[in-house]
Amino acid sequence: MTNKTAGMTLIIKTVTRLLVGLILLYGIYIILHGHLSPGGGFGGGVVLALGLLAVLLAYGREETLKWLRLGLLKDVEQASPLIFLLVGLAGAVWGGAFLANILSKGKLFALLSSGLILPLNIVIGLKVGLSLFLVVLAMAEFDLDKGAEE
Amino acid sequence: MTLYALCFSLFLVGLYGLLTKRDLIKIILSSGIMGYACNLMLVLFGYRNGGIYPILEKGRDAAPMVDPLPQALVLTSIVIELGVTALLAALAIRLFQKYGSYDITKIRRLSG
Amino acid sequence: MILPYFIVIPLLSAFLIPLISRRRDTGAVILSLAAAASLLVLAGFAFFGRGGETLVYRMSAWKLPIGIPLVLDAFSAFMLMMVGLIALTSLVFSVHYIRRLGQDWRYYALFMILVTGMNGVIITGDLFNLFVFMEIALFAALALVAFGGQAHEFEASFKYAVMASVSSSFILLGIAVIYGATSMLGLATIAQSLGHASPLLVLWTGGLFMAGFGVKAAAMPFHAWLPDAHSSAPSPISAMLSGVLIKTLGIYVLVRLFYNVFGAPPLFLGIFLGLGGVSILAGVILAVGQWDIKRLLAYHSISQIGYILLGIGLGTPLGMAGAVYHTVNHAVFKSLLFYNAGALETALGTRDLRQMGNAAKLLPVTSGTSMIASLSISGIPPFNGFFSKLMIIIAAVQAGQPVLALVAVVGSLLTLASFMKVQRYGLRGGRPVERLAGEVDGAMKAAMVILAVLCLATSLLVVPAVRKATLDPVVKVIMDKTHYALTVLGK
Repeated sequence: MTNKTAGMTLIIKTVTRLLVGLILLYGIYIILHGHLSPGGGFGGGVVLALGLLAVLLAYGREETLKWLRLGLLKDVEQASPLIFLLVGLAGAVWGGAFLANILSKGKLFALLSSGLILPLNIVIGLKVGLSLFLVVLAMAEFDLDKGAEE
Repeated sequence: MTLYALCFSLFLVGLYGLLTKRDLIKIILSSGIMGYACNLMLVLFGYRNGGIYPILEKGRDAAPMVDPLPQALVLTSIVIELGVTALLAALAIRLFQKYGSYDITKIRRLSG
Repeated sequence: MILPYFIVIPLLSAFLIPLISRRRDTGAVILSLAAAASLLVLAGFAFFGRGGETLVYRMSAWKLPIGIPLVLDAFSAFMLMMVGLIALTSLVFSVHYIRRLGQDWRYYALFMILVTGMNGVIITGDLFNLFVFMEIALFAALALVAFGGQAHEFEASFKYAVMASVSSSFILLGIAVIYGATSMLGLATIAQSLGHASPLLVLWTGGLFMAGFGVKAAAMPFHAWLPDAHSSAPSPISAMLSGVLIKTLGIYVLVRLFYNVFGAPPLFLGIFLGLGGVSILAGVILAVGQWDIKRLLAYHSISQIGYILLGIGLGTPLGMAGAVYHTVNHAVFKSLLFYNAGALETALGTRDLRQMGNAAKLLPVTSGTSMIASLSISGIPPFNGFFSKLMIIIAAVQAGQPVLALVAVVGSLLTLASFMKVQRYGLRGGRPVERLAGEVDGAMKAAMVILAVLCLATSLLVVPAVRKATLDPVVKVIMDKTHYALTVLGK
């Protein structure tokens, strides 16, 4: 296939460059307010992934890989479920059962409240978002014309 | 009652598509439709008459709310189906590389 | 409390493996072997060291019925021991076998996730949690079936994925209906509320769960994914799939749901009997004509699952004891048979029986253990298959089902015939083989010898003294039916 990695037109590239920050900010907002309003880790993570995917679609695979630091993303993605497990084990050690609540519940409606839900939301959001993006990136690296027997 | 019947018929539509379509991508989409029908059914079962959304907000009194537990279950279920769809799509890409077509009647090297 | 460690240990190793395997793969191997060994030790301790009571662990320290409990009774501990044993021997076998496929650490990480999913299904006490762990195990199994990168593996994995997602949708629909009727998700609380529910509800959800989990257990007529998936997967994964996955996701959940939650309604027991009888005959008839050794073994898995379903459907303590005994026996000898097939494939370079020659002298360990396994599966004394099949046949006659007892005997004879064919063509017949295409490694031999010894050792389970310590607590927990709910809620 010719020119598959050249990306899209100049208008789309410019608009994407302006909007990516806003999309990522929106995703972070949904994750952080997971205990106050709908959303939480899963939904916010998907929005984060969509922001990164918008860059991938607009600029093509090679330029995106130059702009992102793929190694850092992979490290964060592999470390986040470990952090989840460690938080759960901390609950087992200090709280009496796995994933028991060990932080204080805080005031109602404040941002830093509801105990363990906020850190867990952040970890889930990172993991879901990065996994989704890396999966689509891996699928985009397949060359459909390569075919034949391996 | 009609809502439950519609949900179930959506499920049957997905099942029909899965069983009769020959294109790999349509099979993946049909399994997605089946999953969404189940999720809808779960959320429907959580409805309480006259209830509002189950979120506590500043400056509003607590009123009878719909059941929030099925909504949490549906979140989990959506993420699981996302994973399955991603896996199926990756398999479809690799199958296209090996067999050269998306037609499931041509992907039949295993037999017996 | 040791309960969450059954999930935490394999999950932690699955997450650590990518991080420690940047340079070489040996870290992954050591970590996964250590994890599997510790799981086996923990499971043994859980079965023998509990003092006969049911342990309940409440996740996040929330009280029932709001929280998610993890329940450990005799049946769960028994299945945990089985999973730990087969996982450990499969890992030992894979050390050399996987090396030629490359990308080692991904295999071990996926393997650990598979073990996590199965352990989670066994010890959870909450219906939706069971669904989640079942899906986790399914992902890992799908990825492992397609691990080798050849065309037929992807095809088998796709078929498996489509059938599994259909069955998962059925199960999710069943969960939705139960939740709508009882507003509860914990297995114990559902068991209590179903006491005053309408029989139509039990019929609906029972049918949905039977269809969904029947696909997972590969009973006829839901078996279509099994021959492809189990024959295309790498041999240690076939052993895990055939030996423990269909038992855990299929048989264990079916028994839990239909005995402990639904209280064993007679209609569904009759359906189990029908499915079991059909599976025994159809599986073995389809197997006799196969020339691909792993496909033959996969069809035999369907047939042996039929025996277990027959034992479950009888509803008597002896039938259930036979079914549980046959579960562990089948895990042991079927895994051994798959290891043999893998060793033959490595050594002779082919899976077709017609192309194999007389390699018995060059592969002493493989042919010896293969003979032991073939005798076990055909039900020849003194190996373990004989005793469990005998229990099921006697229980069938006692329960007034002589036709099914006859079916079981006929199935056993046909199994013997088909395995004599395997022995004749695969190892002892035809022209003698001069050279081997590959080498059967020490690790592979060790795994095969361990399981062959266990084939003999598990036949000791029929001795009454040993049976009282091992099988009878399991049967008691199952046949107590909804007493399970009272035990869990009482804590």
